[in-house]
Amino acid sequence: MSENMKTPILSVVDLKTTFLTNDGPVEAVHNVSFDIFESEVLGFVGESGAGKSQVFMSIMGILASNGRASGSALFKGEEILNLPLEKLNKIRGHHLSMIFQDPMTSLNPYLTISKQMSEVLVYHKGLSWSDAEKKSLEMLDCVKIPEAKMRLKSYPHELSGGMRQRVMIAMSLLCEPDILIADEPTTALDVTVQAQILDLMLELKKDFKTAIIMITHDLGVVAQICDRVHVMYGGRIVEKGDVNDIFYNPFHPYTQGLLNSTPRMDQNVQESLVAIPGNPPSLGQLSKGCSFQDRCDFCMPKCLEERPDLKITTSGGLAACHLI
Amino acid sequence: MSSHLNPLLHVENLSVDFEVGRKSLFSKPKLLHAITDVSFNLMPGETLGIVGESGCGKSTLGRAILNLVKISGGKVVLDGVDLGALSETELRKSRKDMQMIFQDPLASLNPRLNIKQIISEPLEIFFKELSKADIEKRVLEMMDVVGLSRSYINRYPHEFSGGQCQRIGIARAMIVRPKLLICDEAVSALDVSIQAQIVNLLMDLQKEFKTSIIFISHNLSVVRHISHRILVLYLGRMAELAEFSELYNHAHHPYTRALISAVPTPDPKISKEKKSTILMGDIPSPINPPSGCPFRTRCPKAQDLCAQVRPEFKDHGSNHFVACHFPD
Repeated sequence: MSENMKTPILSVVDLKTTFLTNDGPVEAVHNVSFDIFESEVLGFVGESGAGKSQVFMSIMGILASNGRASGSALFKGEEILNLPLEKLNKIRGHHLSMIFQDPMTSLNPYLTISKQMSEVLVYHKGLSWSDAEKKSLEMLDCVKIPEAKMRLKSYPHELSGGMRQRVMIAMSLLCEPDILIADEPTTALDVTVQAQILDLMLELKKDFKTAIIMITHDLGVVAQICDRVHVMYGGRIVEKGDVNDIFYNPFHPYTQGLLNSTPRMDQNVQESLVAIPGNPPSLGQLSKGCSFQDRCDFCMPKCLEERPDLKITTSGGLAACHLI
Repeated sequence: MSSHLNPLLHVENLSVDFEVGRKSLFSKPKLLHAITDVSFNLMPGETLGIVGESGCGKSTLGRAILNLVKISGGKVVLDGVDLGALSETELRKSRKDMQMIFQDPLASLNPRLNIKQIISEPLEIFFKELSKADIEKRVLEMMDVVGLSRSYINRYPHEFSGGQCQRIGIARAMIVRPKLLICDEAVSALDVSIQAQIVNLLMDLQKEFKTSIIFISHNLSVVRHISHRILVLYLGRMAELAEFSELYNHAHHPYTRALISAVPTPDPKISKEKKSTILMGDIPSPINPPSGCPFRTRCPKAQDLCAQVRPEFKDHGSNHFVACHFPD
């Protein structure tokens, strides 16, 4: 692929995020490295507690107060990890935007849609309030909100869940960011609305050349919109690859297990699902060796002793497994 | 399922209305029609999946069957007994036969009781004659069945993960060997790998105990997996009811078709080629439902007739029921 020739917009190297808790430090993200390029959709997949959200919370500087991030995140060549607040505020919201799972709690219930949208442009781009409102209206049309003019005067509680998520997306695109980080944007929505939102995101990617990072646990969503996929487990990336490789030639036993346990609509047999036995590990008590060891069918003595690093697989992707 | 068998559960023209938005003490309250005219039979050992978007009344239907909300019309007959005609005490006794599992596994367990107390509580209520030793024996057996280690018996809910809490909830429901189990979004809060474990457990339990299950979920792929028949609700009314493969392969109602096509397939080649019919807009308010067919405001095939006459819910052959003037 020609991707290797291009320079990435965001390049993350050895990101480590630790939370100081009463039970000692908990490492939620361990040595995560990845690049993202213009107008691609990069998926981050994993179960709850895998650390996929914390990666981007660290980059955006919105970790909980007991969280510490180290490593490096270069945005267009400039270090943005742990920047002082006033510098970070010039970048996030403007060049990097994030949307969250619950559109109700991420909108301010006291402000009209118009106010909270225009605010972004007034602060980041220095537009006047009336110009900002005009631009907001255009953006609401862009995300296909019916009767956008009327909606500008509404408060968040007057909108449905799908509508609120559209407002969130519109708001995050106002400054035409280089990267849109979407943290489970459709998980709280109905499938019909999810289909509308995913469609919209793909369209926007085409129109604005925005790179999209899609954090999700839903492999269906990944298959539909992602170009490349990173699978996370126990705070680490365990497999990286092109979306087709991940789905058709998954290497890591966890990726395989995840695919097998996903119920599918296009298979006509009704039989029991292939579940992964056991539970995801607690990040506070990770054992020595591979974090997937106690749930893995292929566990060998080496897996108990040594933690595997990412290595090149036969299909050209990367996987962290001793089977390679 | 042979038709000469008597159904375990018979639901007839069930309706539930809620009073909302009363302007003053004396004005007439507005009615929100959460469920209107729902009728179906459930056979022993059968699983009926109930699907629909949020706000379509699927949870209310589950609660109405258990008499947990006030029924405004119609009746629910469980094993030949009309639940609406029972007194409070009789109804409480009959709850032994119908149990429920909820969406949030941790919130549905009392944090101050240990696992033994939680699982044994239904036994203490319904089987007062059992000795303490008997109860403990049954609790331990049930823990084996649902895959909880016996050593957990004195632990408290907060010590468990979501999947394990859901196993505790299932053990509590199944220990009285109910005839009917209602699962309201029972796997929605769980991770995919754990969700598969719980779905398999429910299917195993059904085989072992011949329980009838009503499986309410917004996740069509999970419902498809576990259900024998599937009921699609829209705005509190029945849109379509059919055997699972019939519904997924030959859906007649435009709403069902849109719902199925909106589910993303976990296969990049198929899902990128698939042209899904995307439904525009949101589900209308159940306080002022559209005239005629409730789905007509979002339906790609809607015509004048749909606004005037509500389509009847009728059989289109091989027990495939649809409420649509222009079925596919």
